[in-house]
This record gives sequence, C-alpha cells and structure tokens, in this order.
Amino acid sequence: MSHIVVDGEPLPFTEGQTIAAALVAAGRVAWRTTRINQRPRGVFCGIGVCFDCLVTIDGIGGQRACLVPARPDMTVTTEEGDDE
Amino acid sequence: MSELLDLVVVGAGPAGMAAAAAAAAGGLRVVLVDSGTAVGGQFWRHPPEHARSAIPTKDLHHGLRQYRTLCDALAAGQAAGRLELRLAHHVWSVVRDGDGFAIHMVDRRDAPREAATILRAPRICVATGAYDRQLPFPGWDLPGVLTIGGLQALLKGGGVAAGSRVVLGGTGPFLLPVAAGLAARGVQVVTVCEAARPTGWLRHPGPLLRNPGKWLEAAGYAAALARHRIPIRPRTAIISAEGGARVTSVRIASLTSDGRPRPATERRIDVDAVGVGWGFVPQLDLLIPLGCALTTSADGNSVIAVDGGQRTSVTGVYVAGEACGVGGAALAVSEGRLAAESILADIGAPPVLGRQRLAAVRAAVASQRAFGRALGLAHPVPPAWSSWLTDDTVVCRCEEVSAATVRSACSDGGAQDHRQVKQLTRAGMGWCQGRMCGPAVHCLTSHERAYTPAERIVATPVTLGALARLDEQPSTSHE
Repeated sequence: MSHIVVDGEPLPFTEGQTIAAALVAAGRVAWRTTRINQRPRGVFCGIGVCFDCLVTIDGIGGQRACLVPARPDMTVTTEEGDDE
Repeated sequence: MSELLDLVVVGAGPAGMAAAAAAAAGGLRVVLVDSGTAVGGQFWRHPPEHARSAIPTKDLHHGLRQYRTLCDALAAGQAAGRLELRLAHHVWSVVRDGDGFAIHMVDRRDAPREAATILRAPRICVATGAYDRQLPFPGWDLPGVLTIGGLQALLKGGGVAAGSRVVLGGTGPFLLPVAAGLAARGVQVVTVCEAARPTGWLRHPGPLLRNPGKWLEAAGYAAALARHRIPIRPRTAIISAEGGARVTSVRIASLTSDGRPRPATERRIDVDAVGVGWGFVPQLDLLIPLGCALTTSADGNSVIAVDGGQRTSVTGVYVAGEACGVGGAALAVSEGRLAAESILADIGAPPVLGRQRLAAVRAAVASQRAFGRALGLAHPVPPAWSSWLTDDTVVCRCEEVSAATVRSACSDGGAQDHRQVKQLTRAGMGWCQGRMCGPAVHCLTSHERAYTPAERIVATPVTLGALARLDEQPSTSHE
C-alpha cells in the first residue's frame, strides 16, 4: 500500500482516494482548529464546497483535502493545535 | 483537438455528460470540463479510472446502464476528435468575450500545483449541479457530523465510511440511498430522521403516479433499509449533537406540524458520525455574474430561468440539470439532451434526435419537472427549524458567527437579508463565501422570498501565481 506523510507520520492510502478519504479511513475526521474559537474541524461537505478540510500539501496551503487525490510521498501538514 | 470550438460544457455530471455527448454526436466541437477526477458528477461519482478495481462502488449506484451509455457516447465523441474531456479543471469565472465567452479555469491535474488556463467559445452549457442544503443545529460543527452528500462522496469516491454507528437526518429522498450505501458497507445506521410527513406526497399524487421509475427507485431503497432493519422516522429531526473531539451522540425529537420539537419526545442516541441534508442548493456561481434571469423553484431556491430548450435569458448560455431546478439525474440527462438540441438548432445544424424522440424527451422533462416540484413541496424546510438553535449555535462555520449574533443583526441592526447580515456580522464572508450558511441565514431574515446566493466573482479559489503565469500560455479559441 502507498503512503502519504501527514505531519511527519506515514499514512496509508488506497490508490484513488483523496487526502480526506485517506484520513477518514484512518479514523480521523478532524485535522484543523478554527481561528476564533479553536474548535476542531475536518471533513464536512466532502465535495469541495465548505472549506472545512483545509490542509497544506507539499508546502502549498489552503488545499481542500476532499478534492486532492493522494499520491505516494505527498507531504500533508495539518494545523498546529490539532484535535488530538 | 481543433483550435475551433463550438461549445464548452461545464460540469460532467448527468446533465453535462448528456449535453456534451449529444452535441458532439451532432457534429459540434465540444470541450467538457469538470473539477473531479472522473466523469459522473456527484450522482455517479466514481474513483478515477485507474483506481476502480481497488475501490468497488458498483452496488452503490443507481442507473449505471444510463451512465455507461453516456460514457460510451463521450468516448465516441473523443474518438471522432470532436470531444475533449478536461478533468480536474476548476472553472472559476465565465465572462463575455466578443461574441462568445471566455471560460477561466485552473488545471489541477497536478494538484496542489495549479495552472490557469482560458477557453474561448461562442456558447456554453452550464451543468454545475447542486450541493446539500444545510440547516444549523447545536453541535453541527462537531467533527463526525457531515453532509449526507459528504458521506456518500467518501463512500462512492474513496470506499470509506466516515463512522460505524450513524444517524441520518434532514428531509428528502436522498437520505435513502445514503443510508442504504452506508449499510452496504457495514455501517450501523441507527435511524433515518425525515422531517416531512409521508402524507405530503398525497397532495401532489399526479407527478408521483406519472414517474413510475421514481417509485421503483424509492421502493428499492426502502427494501434495502428494511433488509438492514433501518427505521425511517417521519416528522422527526436531529435537533442537537454532542461530543468533544468528535460527535458522540445526537438528540432527535418528533416535530409539530410547523417543525418545532414536540415536548417530551426527545431521545438521545449514541453515534460516532451523523449525516444531515435538507434538499439541495443549486450551484449558480458562474451564472449569476453573467446576468442570467432567475426564477423561483418550489424548494425555496432561486434557480436559472430557462425556456423549453434550456436557453437562459443570456444568448449563448444554456443550462441543464439542477442549476435550473432540482429534479434528479433522470431529469438532468433529459435536460442535457434538450440543451444540445437547442444549441444545434440555434447554430443551424441538423438535430440528433428525430421528431418523435425529441417529443419524448420534452415529455419526460415536463413530467420529471413536475416530480421535482412535488418533491420540493413535500420536503420543505420546516418553518420553525430555527427553534432548535441556541444562542451560541454556530450559524456561519467559517467566521464562527452565532445564532444570537445573526438574530441581533436582524432585530437591532435592521438587516433584511443575508447580504445585510453578512455586512453586519461577517456571516458568509469566510472561505466558503456563504455556501454553507447562506440558505439558513436567509431563512432567519426573510421567510417569504426564495434564496438567491450572493454574487461570487470567483467561483473557486485561484492563486495569483497561477494567474500570473497565464499570459505566456496559448489557449484554445474559436477565433
């Protein structure tokens, strides 16, 4: 199975899955905290409309995890102060 | 493909596939653009072509024969050199350009890297579909609470279930396939809360009787739900969700006729995921700035007004599918075909469909639109839904604006619509540009009028870097 790297940790994905699908498959539904109330957020609309699932991919910020297909060795950074 | 384009179709869901396939069959040079990695749109969402063996989705779909027929027709168009498919291209603006249109998009095949590109064509067909309509409730921003479309997209596109014990709620028939799909992947769907009463359909029996296909589809899902012992609770809603890092429970309640929770009917259910959806909001972002005339749809949305041939009020702009009224995939396919016929006729090209078949498509559109209207009337947003809100319920997820703040903008600030609330509170000003909270804020301010989304000049985010590189690139043109 191929892997992406999320916050320094390898995360397996099935070819064809988005970053969000790979995170959800690993049991994660939140990977970001909100700016004002520091609330955990992750996937909500799943189709690119709500922007709740934003991550940084290969150093490029503001990416919707639900739209970007995972590719081997892609580097994903979630926000600091994650829900975990 | 040739530099000379006749038509750009935006959106490769059921409507766009049908329009592009028919237009190419009629001899036009067509580019079909979609932001996804496969054709099919949300309804026929599939993993990318190369990944289909790893992520089986066949059993999650309805109407796959139609989908394959359309895929074959698109392939024929491509083989004939008349159709070009551009996947992973996000159209962010369409503007007038001479006698035609400039379609601005970003190529995200190599995402997260993107490259801006422009297509020029004398006419466009916009088939951008719709997304789930949401109504806020306490806890709807907890991780694990998703739109039903989101649950479905993860299943169909990624083979992933977002939870193991789920309650679904909202209104409309879309709840059923999502419940059936989750159950098929081993998820325990505890219950489906349908806010409408089943007798709502009895007021409009005609459209139901004239669309036996819809009956069969619904009956199929009902049988699947019965097989998995998933109860559908009519006149019931999810009125709150609780949890911390993730949702852990929901409260459901029976509703009065106007949609208030009935006292003493509340029930708490442990869950690890929740799905909600209150019908759909048509995606009009590319069409409103073009000045296309709107009309009111029975489901409370403003939609694009079209004539009997899917022509909008703007010459050269055609619309098919949910953007001119939510009615489902079968209607979208019929409208796509009709749009292509109109485009051929307006150019002076011979039709693809014979007289009789065209009449049959028109009749199907009329009947399916009537069904869509009946659907909107039978599954309304409950008038008193906002009685579920507490003062601190987040209404705008992006800017984290509470219900109390929105209410005070209306009562003390005198805001009369969602645009004025936005100016006073920032609700709708964040990343999603009011796509999630817009209908709800609209309902909190004005009950009578249909919801018209704010004009969004940029329909999808695009980086300045990508735009800066645009100048050096050649673009396909009809000139």
